[in-house]
Amino acid sequence: MKFTRRDVIRTTAGVAAGAIGSRLIGSPAFAQDAPKYTPEQGATLRLLRWSPFVQGDEDSWLANTKKFTDATGVQVRVDKESWEDIRPKAAVAANVGSGPDLMLVWFDDAFQYPDKLLDVTDLGEYLGGKYGGWYDGPKGYAVKDGKFIGLPLAAIGNAIVYRDSWVKEAGFSEFPKDTAGFLELCKAMQKIGHPAGFTHGHGVGDGNNYAHWLLWSHGGKMVDESGKVAINSPETMKAIEYAMELYKTFIPGTESWLDVNNNRAFLAGELGIIANGISAYNTAKINKDNDPKLAEIAKDIRTTNLPIGPVGQSVELHQTTVAVIFNYTPYPNAAKAYLQFMFEEAQMNDWIKGSAGYCCQTLKGFANNPIWSEDPNNAAYARASETLRPNGYAGPLGYASAATMADYVLVDMFARAVTGQATPQEAMEEAEKRANRYYRV
Amino acid sequence: MTAQRSSFRSRLSESRGFLSFGFMLPAAALLLVFLTYPLGLGVWLGFTDARIGRPGIFIGLENYEYLWDDSVFWLSVFNTLLYTISASILKFVLGLWLALILNENLPFKTFFRAAVLLPWVVPTVLSAIAFWWIYDSQFSIISWALMELGLIDSRINFLGDPTNARASVIAANVWRGIPFVAITLLAGLQTIPQSLYEAATLDGASRWQLFRYVTLPLLTPIIAITMTFSVLFTFTDFQLIYVLTRGGPVNATHLMATLSFQRGISGGLLGEGAAIAVAMIPFLLAAILFSYFGLQRRRWQQGGGD
Repeated sequence: MKFTRRDVIRTTAGVAAGAIGSRLIGSPAFAQDAPKYTPEQGATLRLLRWSPFVQGDEDSWLANTKKFTDATGVQVRVDKESWEDIRPKAAVAANVGSGPDLMLVWFDDAFQYPDKLLDVTDLGEYLGGKYGGWYDGPKGYAVKDGKFIGLPLAAIGNAIVYRDSWVKEAGFSEFPKDTAGFLELCKAMQKIGHPAGFTHGHGVGDGNNYAHWLLWSHGGKMVDESGKVAINSPETMKAIEYAMELYKTFIPGTESWLDVNNNRAFLAGELGIIANGISAYNTAKINKDNDPKLAEIAKDIRTTNLPIGPVGQSVELHQTTVAVIFNYTPYPNAAKAYLQFMFEEAQMNDWIKGSAGYCCQTLKGFANNPIWSEDPNNAAYARASETLRPNGYAGPLGYASAATMADYVLVDMFARAVTGQATPQEAMEEAEKRANRYYRV
Repeated sequence: MTAQRSSFRSRLSESRGFLSFGFMLPAAALLLVFLTYPLGLGVWLGFTDARIGRPGIFIGLENYEYLWDDSVFWLSVFNTLLYTISASILKFVLGLWLALILNENLPFKTFFRAAVLLPWVVPTVLSAIAFWWIYDSQFSIISWALMELGLIDSRINFLGDPTNARASVIAANVWRGIPFVAITLLAGLQTIPQSLYEAATLDGASRWQLFRYVTLPLLTPIIAITMTFSVLFTFTDFQLIYVLTRGGPVNATHLMATLSFQRGISGGLLGEGAAIAVAMIPFLLAAILFSYFGLQRRRWQQGGGD
């Protein structure tokens, strides 16, 4: 991701604004630059979003939508779809030219049909300018050829969730910050009967998050900047070797895990360390009054970011959602006005808070949202947008990056090697071959 | 001219062929719209590089050439054949055995017949979720029971080990599919006249001979139909695998149907997904021809040898 002079100025302004405090944000000095979108006569909107995982997210989103309707008279119908159905639904709408006016899509979905989306560069630049700039990772999912084809709405963070007392029992006063220390901790955790467990199965979120972290933290990448497959490398080999060592310390069965298994096992006290969204901690916290065992677990849970590997910085996939407007909408101004309203400080801060740490801001100006300091365990999720990398790193996003991840090329590469079904070299070559298919060699 | 036209009309309305054709039109139109068109579109898409969000261009056999060289595709073919053959044989043997038992004069016969249908009546996704718990690597009730009985020391890795995972999904499919086979064969058994059994008994036939020379030959047409459908359902199974393993561990349980979905819908490569689906057709045809005609052999039906 290249920085332009304008980005630097904006980022600096954002950091300064953050330091001064949020009173500066939204001040009249900024507000006068705001684009004005007058909704079309008789406009109504339909938004299709993913089913919420945290009730507060939906409650807040709907309350803000109602505020928009009260202020403008534009009715907005909000529909929900399951996680997996978002991609095909959005693609069909784009192809057919009919469907919801707006959608909240995942990852690089917007890059599958960029010419079917309304250009929202004016809005993207205005919001970025007003709220301290966009984080690079989420922005990468919404900007194509210098134009905003959508607005990065949130990063759904993935972090280490662990049992503090067991980590201490294993002889570690604090959670290791680097991959070498992490491996030692996992060995120690296994010895005391409270092992770690990370998904090697086809878990859309957890499986991909873990596999991408393994690769990137060791300096590997699926493709280079030009989109040429670069998975067959010494860095990837190091990542696989590390994964094999780590796997030996895991609880049995992680090859079959889908997205729910690790939460379930962790909350049953079977595991000492997992990587997950904040939902695992929230489940324990919400139910602690009805279940003494969960109350004990909730008290013992700590969260932290995934360890830093040889690359020397936090690099993770997380999960990103982008708000897009289809260009077939008869009410483009109303749709833009709606997004503008939802991204403005009052609504956005309210929504981030309502999401209880599940949704991380994509604009730097909202980094001081009280939710991140309200509970120390939320802090690890506050940096999701900062540490995330687009799934097609280091190449361009598009069909190939989407298909490579959807086909679990990376997940399978690690799974084959750690389970001994292939040598590290064979697993790497197989991944290279499969990726080459998508990147059309 | 008018008289000529009206006489042509009246002749047309009295023509049996024309009327039959007219009556068939609605059904033909439905078949055309809901069967022929999607099938044709699927075959066409298999020859294109269509992607979600973009209509494809004709690329000939490129998708098939890639699949020919794709180890995951061949693994899915192997898995599909193993899954279909193993599950179908087990469903047939157990279903027939159950049908023969239910055909006897048992106490509470009606209750048992209704109970047998339960696994088939429960929606697939629900039974798949139940199996997901039963096979869970941490919470499996089977592992728990065997450990409590002291028969095993550690939990069974049902879905994490490739061999175990294949056996587990086959077992789940068999559990779901037995009722269909059993009830259909039971219906067939009840059409066999009792007088044939009486006559054979008078001739001194043993129970095995009654089964071999009376029951089986008269049941073969029903077996052929039942197994044809059973093989079809098993070969194209999707829900069970999708819920239980999503094709894992390391693609060890991917069937052609689930791989087609993963590549075509989740991955957005509609052309390749369609090619995998089209590649199922020859296997399906072979399976149907085998189970239908193979079991319909006249000599076998007439009690002769092969």
